[in-house]
Amino acid sequence: MEWLAEIIGAPAAATLWTLAKIVAIVIAVTLSVAYLTLAERKVIGYMQLRLGPNRVGPKGLLQPFADVLKLLVKEIIIPTGANKFLFISAPVLSLMPALAAWAVIPFTDGAVVSNIDAGLLYVLAITSMGVYGVIVAGWASNSKYAFLGAMRSAAQIVAYEIAMGFALVCVLMMSGSLNLSVIVDSQRTAYGLLGWNLLPLLPMFVVYFISAVAETNRAPFDVAEGESEIVAGFHVEYSGTAFAVFFLAEYANMILVSALAALMFLGGWLSPFPFLPDGFFWFAAKVAFLLFCFLWFRATFPRYRYDQIMRLGWKVFIPLTIVWLLLIGVLMRMSWWPW
Amino acid sequence: MDFEKGAFYFFATILILAALRVITARNPVHAALSLVLSFFTAAALWLLLEAEFLAIALVLVYVGAVMVLFLFVVMMLDINLDRLREGYWDYLLPALVVAGVMVMEMAVILGGRYFNLSEMPKPSGADPGYSNTRELGGILYTDYVYAFEIAAVILLVAIVAAIALTLRKRKDNKYQAPSKQVSTRRADRVRLVSMPAEKRDPGEAS
Repeated sequence: MEWLAEIIGAPAAATLWTLAKIVAIVIAVTLSVAYLTLAERKVIGYMQLRLGPNRVGPKGLLQPFADVLKLLVKEIIIPTGANKFLFISAPVLSLMPALAAWAVIPFTDGAVVSNIDAGLLYVLAITSMGVYGVIVAGWASNSKYAFLGAMRSAAQIVAYEIAMGFALVCVLMMSGSLNLSVIVDSQRTAYGLLGWNLLPLLPMFVVYFISAVAETNRAPFDVAEGESEIVAGFHVEYSGTAFAVFFLAEYANMILVSALAALMFLGGWLSPFPFLPDGFFWFAAKVAFLLFCFLWFRATFPRYRYDQIMRLGWKVFIPLTIVWLLLIGVLMRMSWWPW
Repeated sequence: MDFEKGAFYFFATILILAALRVITARNPVHAALSLVLSFFTAAALWLLLEAEFLAIALVLVYVGAVMVLFLFVVMMLDINLDRLREGYWDYLLPALVVAGVMVMEMAVILGGRYFNLSEMPKPSGADPGYSNTRELGGILYTDYVYAFEIAAVILLVAIVAAIALTLRKRKDNKYQAPSKQVSTRRADRVRLVSMPAEKRDPGEAS
C-alpha cells in the first residue's frame, strides 16, 4: 500500500485499497454462495441416499457455474400490471444488505474492512433492511401468491428480529463492546473452548441460530416460499438473472448469519484448544459447520405451520431471552463469574 | 470543496428529492418507499455529523421496523385516491399558514442572529478513540436513568393499551393449547386392536 501512496497520493491510495478489499470480499462471498448451493445439493442428496449432481466437471464441481450460466441466459419476464421499476429493484434491495454487512465482519485478527465501534449495531441495522426486497418483490409482482409470501415473510422477519436482537444483547453484556473484534477477543481465555460465549449463553446461541434460520427464510421456516402452498412465495414471478440475485441474497445471508454466530458465540478465529494456534481456518471451519446445520435442518424437518412459527417467536423465544438477560445481569453484578 | 462537503450536498439533495416524492407520489406505496429513502439519507447525514449511534438507531428502528409495518399496512389498504384528494383546496389555506409559521421559526433559529449562535464555540471534532455509543449509554443509564425508565414504561403501557383496545374475544373462537398438545400420548389417539388373521372363504369371489 505504501508504494501505491507514493504514486497517486495517500487519499486515492486509501480509497483504492478499500475498494480492493471490498471486491475481494464480494468475490469470496459469491464463490462461497456458488459452492454452498453445490454443497446443499450434495449433502441433501447423500442424506436422501442419492448422489447429487455429479456430471458437470470432476465430481460435479463445475455444477454451480453451469447453473449460473443457465440463469444468466434466461429471459427476464416482467408480468403485466407489475410495477416495472420496483420489480427490477427488489432483488437489488435484498442483495445490498447481505453484502454491505460484511464490511464489519473480522475474518481474523485485524482482517476487517472497517473496524468500527458500533459494528454489531451496524450489522443489525443493515440486515434489518433485507426485508424490503421481499416485501417490494411481493407487491410489485402484482400476483396474489407473491403478495401472500411477502406478507408472511414480513411478519416472520419482524417477529424473529426481536428475539435475535435480545440474544445479541446478552453477548454484548458479556463482552462490554459492540465491536466485533473486541467481542471475539473477550472470549480469549486460557481454557480454549470453555471460554467462549457458547457455554454461558447456550440457550441464547440456540435462540439466535433458530432465529437466524427463520430470518433467512430457510426450511423449516420457509413459509415465505412455501412451494406447496403458495408455489414459491415472493419470487414466483421472477426468472433469469433477477431470480439468481434473490438466490444469491438468500445464500449470502445464510453465510452472514453463520459468520455472526461463529464470531459471537463460537469465538471467531480462536482455537478451541489452548495448545493449537488461532487463525482464519478456525473461523472458516465454524462457519462451514453452521452452514452444514442449515442444510441438515432442511433435509430433516418438515415445514412449520404458520401459527406455530409465530408462537415460537413471540411466546417462547422472546420471554426466554428476557429471562436470560436478567440472569446474565445478576451473574455479572454479583461477580459469580468463574473467569 | 472537500469530500465532507461534497458528501453533505449529495445526501442533502437525495433527502430533499425523496421527501418531495413522499408528498407528491400518487401511489401510497411509492410514497412510503420514498420515506424509507429519506430516513436512510438522513441517517447518512447524521453519520457525517459524527452521531453514528443515532444514525444507526434511525436505520434500525425507523427503516428496519417502523416503515416495514407501515408498508405492510399501506399495501393491504384499499386506498381510494379520489377520496383522499377531496377538500384539497379547503385545507390549502390552513396548511399554508402552518407551513409559513414553521419556515419562519426555522429561519429564526437557523439564522442565529437572535440567539447569539455566532458566540457559541464551534463543536470540535471528536478524537478517533471516542465512542459515541459508549458515551450515550453511560449518560442514559446514570444521569437520565429515571427519565429513560419512565419513557420505557410509558411505551410498554402504550403497547399493552393498543392490544387491549383492539382485542375482541369471540366466544366461538377455536384455540389450541400447545401444552395439552405436547402432553398427548399415543394411547389418547390410537387404539391398537389385536386381531387374529382370518382365512378367506374359498367359495367367495374376490
